[in-house]
This record gives sequence, structure tokens and C-alpha cells, in this order.
Amino acid sequence: MKPAAFAYYEPTTKAEALELLGELRWGAKVLAGGQSLVPMMNMRLAKPEAIIDINRVKELAYIKEAEAGLMIGALTRQRAIERSRVVKKRSPLLAEAILFVGHPPIRSRGSVGGSLAHADPAAELPAVLLALDGWVHATGPSGTRRIPAAELFVGPLLTSLQPDELLTEAWFPFLPPGTGTAFLEVTRRHGDFALVGVAACLTIDQQGICTRAAVALLGAGETQVRSAQAEACLVGYQMDGQAIEAAAAAAMASLEPVGDIHGSPEYRKQVAGVLTRRALGIAWGRARRRSQL
Amino acid sequence: MIEPKTRATRARTLHLNVNGKRVAAKAEPRMLLSDFLRHELGLTGTHVGCEHGVCGCCTILYNGVPIRSCLMLAVQARGSRIVTVEGLANEDGSLHPIQQAFLDCHGLQCGFCTPGFLMATYAFLKEHSALRMTDEEIRVAIAGNLCRCTGYQGIVRAVRQAAQTMKK
Repeated sequence: MKPAAFAYYEPTTKAEALELLGELRWGAKVLAGGQSLVPMMNMRLAKPEAIIDINRVKELAYIKEAEAGLMIGALTRQRAIERSRVVKKRSPLLAEAILFVGHPPIRSRGSVGGSLAHADPAAELPAVLLALDGWVHATGPSGTRRIPAAELFVGPLLTSLQPDELLTEAWFPFLPPGTGTAFLEVTRRHGDFALVGVAACLTIDQQGICTRAAVALLGAGETQVRSAQAEACLVGYQMDGQAIEAAAAAAMASLEPVGDIHGSPEYRKQVAGVLTRRALGIAWGRARRRSQL
Repeated sequence: MIEPKTRATRARTLHLNVNGKRVAAKAEPRMLLSDFLRHELGLTGTHVGCEHGVCGCCTILYNGVPIRSCLMLAVQARGSRIVTVEGLANEDGSLHPIQQAFLDCHGLQCGFCTPGFLMATYAFLKEHSALRMTDEEIRVAIAGNLCRCTGYQGIVRAVRQAAQTMKK
């Protein structure tokens, strides 16, 4: 249970980190909070030749409020998200989901960028980014590009980031007025990775008709997934209990979860349906309160 | 120019502040902070249970916030302020109110998980008022620590007692 030997680099600026990444490429792993990478190294599931520790790159830790959404630096700790007033006010879905990430000592170190770049299919933050139609910025030798959440998560622990690219920033867009959101998950023990979870967003107009819906599920596939089928049962319809029932059934039917020792595919599917129904119900209630219907 | 790999793998001397004292010791990059505290500094109060961030036994304070010392490299702690369980009791050996509460409330049996619980509780009580504390909040605060003896009831009582004594 000790990591294999590696070369350790400790850049203090983004430019320096990128230079190292460009030089070392596949042999190197970027170390941010280390709450997933270090356990994998301890168990020798990961044996990187080199570690590029970005914890001293202070320019990568910030929460900024822009017109379209929150810009969050990759090294921003989950604890900072949890304690941020602006996150609570402007991105309630992110504020609600962050409390499901591990435990306080995990969130002290764990970073937003690390959670996204690690791409565990049962992690919370990728589902939030997906539900909000967010994106990340990745910088490499040829400059910075924008990767939408839907294109970032490719497979279990696999993203579309290139080996010489550094995820530098995540964008969590604001949702229009009349929106309610909710995050729910089921775990074996408090703070464990979710068996299944859901991030739900519902936007309704003055007549109570749904204008935008997002149902993003975690732990129910190779990556976090948006259920287009569930969303199609909501958008354009008058919101009521029936629409929510239909969406939950559609979400359940659209999934192909992988089974493991903690839950069979059938069980996960069932839980996904139940959680989708509950989360949409909560989101709808919040949307109504916000639009004063 | 990138430092050659052979140099980047080598042990280096770390200076840091542990329990209010300045210390220096050598560590290879792959040495975990938990092992550095135990083997290089001789502070064996920090226990190592699972070594992958699940059990919480190795919880310490790093620059004022609780962390798992098995999920951090010792080299990352260069220049930091660390508090371990050895930093809780007073110089004369009298117990910290949190330690006393665990003793009074049957918050431990075999004691293996106790240093982690004490440090998690210490971090929690630094930030939370005892007056408005619900059992649920206490349980969430210590949910990252596993105990196989007590059934947690005594631990929850201990956290509450500590919160009340420390308020006085």
C-alpha cells in the first residue's frame, strides 16, 4: 500500500505546469487534490512515472461570477465550493451536490478540476456540469479550447483531454428564472460513491409549461448520462405529476447500468427511476416557488 | 529547462511546523504524509488503517483544515502547519476537553480509530457552535471515520459533551 517511485515536479505557475505536461506527456499524471489519484497510487493501480503537482499553482484556484455562469478554477477545493455564498446563491444545484462528495476531510483537499478530469462514472460534479450544459477549458501547446460537458466524459475514468492538455477551468452556467433544481443519490454508506444519483433541472414558464429540463444520472452507465428520453417527456408539456411519472419511467428504460457487488443492473435501474421521480418532484416545487405560480 | 528525472525522484529535506514546533526531516517524493509523521518524526499517534482514504484513522489538520494524511505526499506538506493528535493534550499531560469527553462517554474501546475521531471532532468544533448542533450534524461531521467497536452512540455523546465543555 505504498506508491511506486516517481519523479516529482512542483510547478508554481500555469505556464510551468503546461511546459512540464508537454514534455512528459503520457508518463505524467497531474496531481491536484489527490483524493482519487493517491488511493490508486497507494494500491498501485496507477504507477505514473512522473507527478506534476499543481497544488502550488495558486492562479488555478478561484470562483468568479460572470454574466453567463460561475467560472471555477480547476484547483478550487470542494470545501471552498461548499462554503461559498455566491455558489449557494447562483448555482444551487452545485451547492446541493457538493455535500455528497466524500466527507469534510476529503473535500478539504479534493478539487473541482480533479473531480471532472478523473471522470469516475459515479462522481457527482460531472453530473452537475452535464445537467447545466456546462463546459471546461483545457489548455495545451496549441492554446485553449472549450470542451462541452457532453464531449468531455468518454468512458469510465476517461475524458477527451489530450495528454498534453491541462483542465484549467470549469463553467457552471446559470439557469433562467423559473428554474428549480435538485440532486439526490443512494449510497451504501454516507459519503461513499453513489450506487445511483441524479441531478435534475426544470424550468417552467408563467403558464406552468416546461421550457427546459435536464436529467443527468450518475452511477448508471459508463459515464454520467443525460436521459434525452426523460427530458422529451417534460419539455413543451404542462408540468404535473403525470409528466414526472412518464419522465421517470423513460429515464429508467433508457439506462443500461453496469452491475457490481454493490448492486445489480436491475436494482440500479429501479433506483434510477425512483430517484428521477423524486428529484423532478423537488425541482418542480422549487421552480414553482421561484416563479410564484 | 526541466529537472532531470533522476534528480526529481530523489529525497529532499522538508521544513514544516508540527504541533507548534518547527521540524525538518527527509522524504522521498513517494512517501505518504502519514508515514512521514510516524516514521520520520516518530509521531505514532496518527494511525494508519486502510491507506486509501476510507477509514479516517489518519485524519490530521493541515493548515487548519482536516485532511487524510494517507492521501497526501509528505513533500506536499513542505512549509505547512500540521496538528496531529499529539498536539491536543496539554504540556502537563492533562487531556484536551475532546479527549476527556471520549473517555467520559465511552467514545472508544480498542482505540485504533480514536486519533482520527479526535482530530475530525477538533476540526468540526473549531467551526460549529455547540448551541445549534443537531445529532444529524454530528453524525455527518464524523461520517468519514469508521469505528468497529463502539456503535458510535458513545462517540456522538462525546462530541456533544466536548462541544459543551469547550463553549464554557
